[in-house]
Amino acid sequence: MRRAWITAAVALVLAGGATAYAVSVRQPAAPAGSTALAGDRIFFRDSAGQVASVRATDPSGPRQPLGLRCDRFAAAATSAICLTGEVGASLPTATALILDQELHETRRIRLAGVPSRAQVSRSGRMISWTVFVTGDSYRTSGFSTWTGILDTRTGYLVVNMENIHLYVDGRRYYSPDVNYWGVTFAADDSTFYATVSTRGRTYLARGDYTKWEAHTVTTGVECPSLSPDGTRIVYKRRDDVAPGAPWRLAVLELAGLRSVDLAETQGVDDQAVWLDPATVAYARGGRIFAVPADGTGTPHELISGGTSPVRLRAPG
Amino acid sequence: MYVTVDRDLPAPGRRALRAVPATVFALGAVSLVTDVSSEMVTAVLPLYLALTLGLTPLQLGLADALSFGVTAVLRPIGGRISDRWRAKPVAVFGYALSAAAKVGVLLAGAAIGPLAAAIVADRTGKGLRTAPRDAMIAAAVPAERQGTAFGVHRAMDTLGALLGPLAALAVLAATGGAYRAVFGVSFCVAVFGVGVLLLHVRDSPQRTEAPGPMWAILRDRSLRRICLAAAGLGLFTVSDFFVYLLLQRSGAVPIHYFPLLPLGTAAIYLLFAVPLGKLADTRRVRVLLGGHLALVAATLLLAGTPSAAVALVGVLALHGLFYAATDGVLMALAAPQLPADGRTTGLALIQTVQAAARFVSSLAVGALWTAWGERTALLVMAVGLVGAIAGAARVLR
Repeated sequence: MRRAWITAAVALVLAGGATAYAVSVRQPAAPAGSTALAGDRIFFRDSAGQVASVRATDPSGPRQPLGLRCDRFAAAATSAICLTGEVGASLPTATALILDQELHETRRIRLAGVPSRAQVSRSGRMISWTVFVTGDSYRTSGFSTWTGILDTRTGYLVVNMENIHLYVDGRRYYSPDVNYWGVTFAADDSTFYATVSTRGRTYLARGDYTKWEAHTVTTGVECPSLSPDGTRIVYKRRDDVAPGAPWRLAVLELAGLRSVDLAETQGVDDQAVWLDPATVAYARGGRIFAVPADGTGTPHELISGGTSPVRLRAPG
Repeated sequence: MYVTVDRDLPAPGRRALRAVPATVFALGAVSLVTDVSSEMVTAVLPLYLALTLGLTPLQLGLADALSFGVTAVLRPIGGRISDRWRAKPVAVFGYALSAAAKVGVLLAGAAIGPLAAAIVADRTGKGLRTAPRDAMIAAAVPAERQGTAFGVHRAMDTLGALLGPLAALAVLAATGGAYRAVFGVSFCVAVFGVGVLLLHVRDSPQRTEAPGPMWAILRDRSLRRICLAAAGLGLFTVSDFFVYLLLQRSGAVPIHYFPLLPLGTAAIYLLFAVPLGKLADTRRVRVLLGGHLALVAATLLLAGTPSAAVALVGVLALHGLFYAATDGVLMALAAPQLPADGRTTGLALIQTVQAAARFVSSLAVGALWTAWGERTALLVMAVGLVGAIAGAARVLR
């Protein structure tokens, strides 16, 4: 009997402690914010998970909240994607919220997995995202990535692009372990680049959405992001620059496949974005940095406390 | 009065449960509580690592692979210490280490090294505690009721695993998505589990004589036979991840329900763990092998899907039955056959052999799938498993 009382007392104390801790780290609800994608601004996800924007000419200036909570955010011209993760009954699930220029929800796509990457083509027509899916958490390890593409003009949705006809070094390739991630569309809204990994190797693939096929271009390119003029790709490549963060940012010239490491010497694990033809931005350690795209200069902090940056210009 | 008492006489099934001693229920409660705690973390950890800290699947995979190796090595060591000393302190240490790991995850923040250390510490705790815990269950009941005892324990364990993610969801909902709160609450729940273990689980009696030397345990004939059978069966066990991935690909389930698939297996497991455990008390080998036949059927069903809906219901049911008929039953089968002075070490070795065989199997399925396609891979596994069952039937007789 005495032991039962002790157990009950322990339970009470621990329940009190758990509640107090949970209350102390509770996050506030999202405040209302601006309601449109407009102006020359940099949008990003702040450290509390809210999407906010700053003037592109004054990134450290006042922040305007967008009234959205996202784990990954991307926008261009007339559309935006807000990728959010939730904890479902057992494993993570995710939602891709597709928004129009006034930030009205146009589509809600339910996914399994953890949000990883999101991009919108320059015209705003093509939207792509990557989630990664873990297996049964209880007994096994293993993951795969699921990359989706939405054509907002036709409404056609590809939930997992792994059935695209893939050619490795020119030969049609079949393997169940093919994973794609980090899709980035060119200005024609059909050509795209993406990372494809299979049998332990990662490739840069050039895809054609209309023909639904992809060809590998080179190896070792992860999370590509196409420059505004479509001639270069900023990407991360494996390189043990910092312990536990084995990636380094580099820029690849597509014409001659020449690659230049950027001046960021710390490990970066992000899909970088282009601020303008000469500068890229990326998140590192919960802060957003910018660095010249030609390997010169030094990185400087653009926005303190943020991830998932994207620059939006007024259309026209 | 008399009538009421008469009416309350337990049904035959109830009577069997009554024969399960309080220690087993207490150990079941410890596992239940601990599983709530650890599944809370597993449910949100990928999200937390990826979103808050920006880790990639590759890094997660590395941490997982690392933990696997650590656990494989530590299980027998934990078993050996329990045999030389006592089981309960080793189990307490294992549970406490896993509890402390939750604080480690919180304190590590975004530092990847400490974070990986915390994850490895969590799995280390799991590796250390499993065999002593099973040895305590085995020590608490006579040989002819081991199946029921393990069935009861595994059912309570699974209930915890089902409740954990729901608890995580509730905490996230109440705190506006504060992942740190999930780890904090999970820590408190884990500490409660350790408390229940300390207060309510009777220790196995102190060993009066020193256990036999390691080589004597390793040369034990029944241990070697059970390890051989476990290795053979494990080599042709299609891993859960492939089962769920293939079910998802069959088109029977919308993509966002993918996370719910393991719950189907768990629910069937929960339902059948006790009845099959009880059945295993009279025919252990048959239940164990029958469970593997259920997996053969599930594998064949996955390979030749008649209709997506049939495959979904059938595969999940068979998969749940497979776990219910094998998970606790293997321990119930092994424990009475092992010499008392090397029992925990023996149980740990069996678990390690099984885990290693399943690890090899998942690599093999991946390779077969790549080379010959999913259907051939599944057929090879099914045929292999039938062979392994036949082999195990001979070895275990």
